[in-house]
Amino acid sequence: MTASVTSTERLQRLLALVPYVVSRKSVGLAETAAAFGVSERELVDDLNLLWCVELRAPDPYCPIDLSYEGGEIVVSQAESMGRPLRLAVDEASALLVALRMLAEVPGLKDRSALSRLIAKLEAAAGEAASASAQVAVQVDIPDEGAEAYAAQIRTAITAGRRLHLRYYVPGRDEATERDVDPMRLHIVEGRPYLEGWCLRAEAMRLFRLDRVLGLDVLDVPAAPPEQAQPVDVDQGLFRPSPDDVPVVLELSAAGRWVAEYYPCESVSDLEDGRLRVVLRTPDTGWVRRLALRLGEDGRVVSPSSLVAEVREGATAALANYVV
Amino acid sequence: MSKRKTERLLGLVVCLLSTRRYLSADQIRAAVPGYPEQDDLFKRMFERDKEDLRELGVPLETGLNHPFDDDPGYRIRQQVYELPELRLETDEAAVLGLAARVWRRAELAGAAAGALLKLRAAGIDAGSLDGSDERPSAQGIEPRLGTPEPAFGPLWEAVRDRRPVTFSYRAAGRSDPQRRELEPWGVVNRHGRWYVAGRDRGRDATRVFRLGRIAGPVKFCGPAGSVTVPDGTDVRELVRDWDSVPAPEHTAVLRVRAGAGIGLRRHAGSVRADTEAGMAGWDLVTTRFADVGWFADYAAWFGPDVVVLDPPDLREAVIRRLKGVLA
Repeated sequence: MTASVTSTERLQRLLALVPYVVSRKSVGLAETAAAFGVSERELVDDLNLLWCVELRAPDPYCPIDLSYEGGEIVVSQAESMGRPLRLAVDEASALLVALRMLAEVPGLKDRSALSRLIAKLEAAAGEAASASAQVAVQVDIPDEGAEAYAAQIRTAITAGRRLHLRYYVPGRDEATERDVDPMRLHIVEGRPYLEGWCLRAEAMRLFRLDRVLGLDVLDVPAAPPEQAQPVDVDQGLFRPSPDDVPVVLELSAAGRWVAEYYPCESVSDLEDGRLRVVLRTPDTGWVRRLALRLGEDGRVVSPSSLVAEVREGATAALANYVV
Repeated sequence: MSKRKTERLLGLVVCLLSTRRYLSADQIRAAVPGYPEQDDLFKRMFERDKEDLRELGVPLETGLNHPFDDDPGYRIRQQVYELPELRLETDEAAVLGLAARVWRRAELAGAAAGALLKLRAAGIDAGSLDGSDERPSAQGIEPRLGTPEPAFGPLWEAVRDRRPVTFSYRAAGRSDPQRRELEPWGVVNRHGRWYVAGRDRGRDATRVFRLGRIAGPVKFCGPAGSVTVPDGTDVRELVRDWDSVPAPEHTAVLRVRAGAGIGLRRHAGSVRADTEAGMAGWDLVTTRFADVGWFADYAAWFGPDVVVLDPPDLREAVIRRLKGVLA
């Protein structure tokens, strides 16, 4: 990390370091290093640098006096650096946009804290807060049902209780019944998801709240096993496994949305705005349905078994229309 | 990283913060160690330092102490520099920690971490500094905002600095991208995707663009401050209108295989068993829909388990899709 830190980034840290200590009267080296994400050695370098600042005119003097004897930092003279620099536009915007997004999260109990905090930050940021009004994030609350489910899920997480879910799987057009030990409520790509240990799949699963058909908080304590580790949603919601089937699709210009909507392993342009995409999936059932939906705007190229299934599906469906 | 430069910049900030009068460049050179003797070298270095400080958001003021002074001087006014007094209740600090995690690994992650650093420096104890804390958040909620679209960074800058931009855009269903010149008013995330709204100069009209459909780089095509956002503009509403689904005014009558079409049945107006001869094992389902094309797509998804009976144009649209598969 240190290697890539620029002079201005380090300056930013130094400007924050003095008030950090001043506002706490005295604070430990280890704790401070952790708070700033640096090693104790780097922190000591920072402190020495601050202590060495010297102004030469009109009379030479050292504006900052501090010590860190016995591992406790004390700033005895901070001059005009006792307060942190005001928030920059990007900084104020990052927090305010995030907070306004949180305000839309279904089932949130801390709404009053949220609005108080937004007001305080807006006041503290002053003018720097105004650009944040030009960024908006909308969280999709599918319907009143999902809002209620989100509240139930949060209750279950707090109380450590197991859930029973009726959950719709569109790719198989199936309503599934399962018990889930809930762990977190995610908001990813603007949608709420329940993350938990699914006892039926014996694996961690993410459930979209708009596909929950019914939900009960059971009178059973949640007991996720050791291997129930949180899903790293920052790596993407769908991570193909090497065992998944690669599916090659060709899309017309009107079918390009598929590449935006589904995670593709590769996307390459063909002539006339057509696309060739490769997706990996453990279950090709939904791709068969997708191909029916796309009609002439999409064509499965491989695997050949899926090509045949799509044709069978279309033939069977068309037979229903022969009067 | 240059330690000498950091020292010099720090000295410059402290020096300008501790003066009430404007200091001339020469006075600054005399007070702050680290500037070279040669005038032209000093000038260049001082210019760069001022630029660096302004980029950090340090409010560097330029002015004259006396109307007859020749050269402007510099100072930093403490009350403009300082983050105002800010006290947070415990529950507010907890929410702050949660907010700082939202941008994790996305475009504004660094800015969120920078903000949190300053708030901690003001004595506030919130969540982890860089948002990389692996512990699940205390509230059991993990909100995330992603910015996988490369256009987000430059467009946010353009919106923030009110600068016009130009980019090449591939509209839905179009085969070739087109050049657009836009006065951006704001960026909006909807259904997990980023949009930019503003005035399209080429069409002289308000337009909304999806960032994921911008092909290639976004370039600035005018100075900062040259875009005016019209009073009363609500970018969120603009995007919502652009993307909105019309009201479901039509009714479809469908024959749905028993036990199938669950997604359809969820929003059905009525469901009853089909009593027609030979139709045992099928239900008759009525449901409202807005758009024939969209609903035909949806009905085709269910393959042989759903048959559209009415209206005829919807029925034809589904047949067309199915025939398209076999073509």
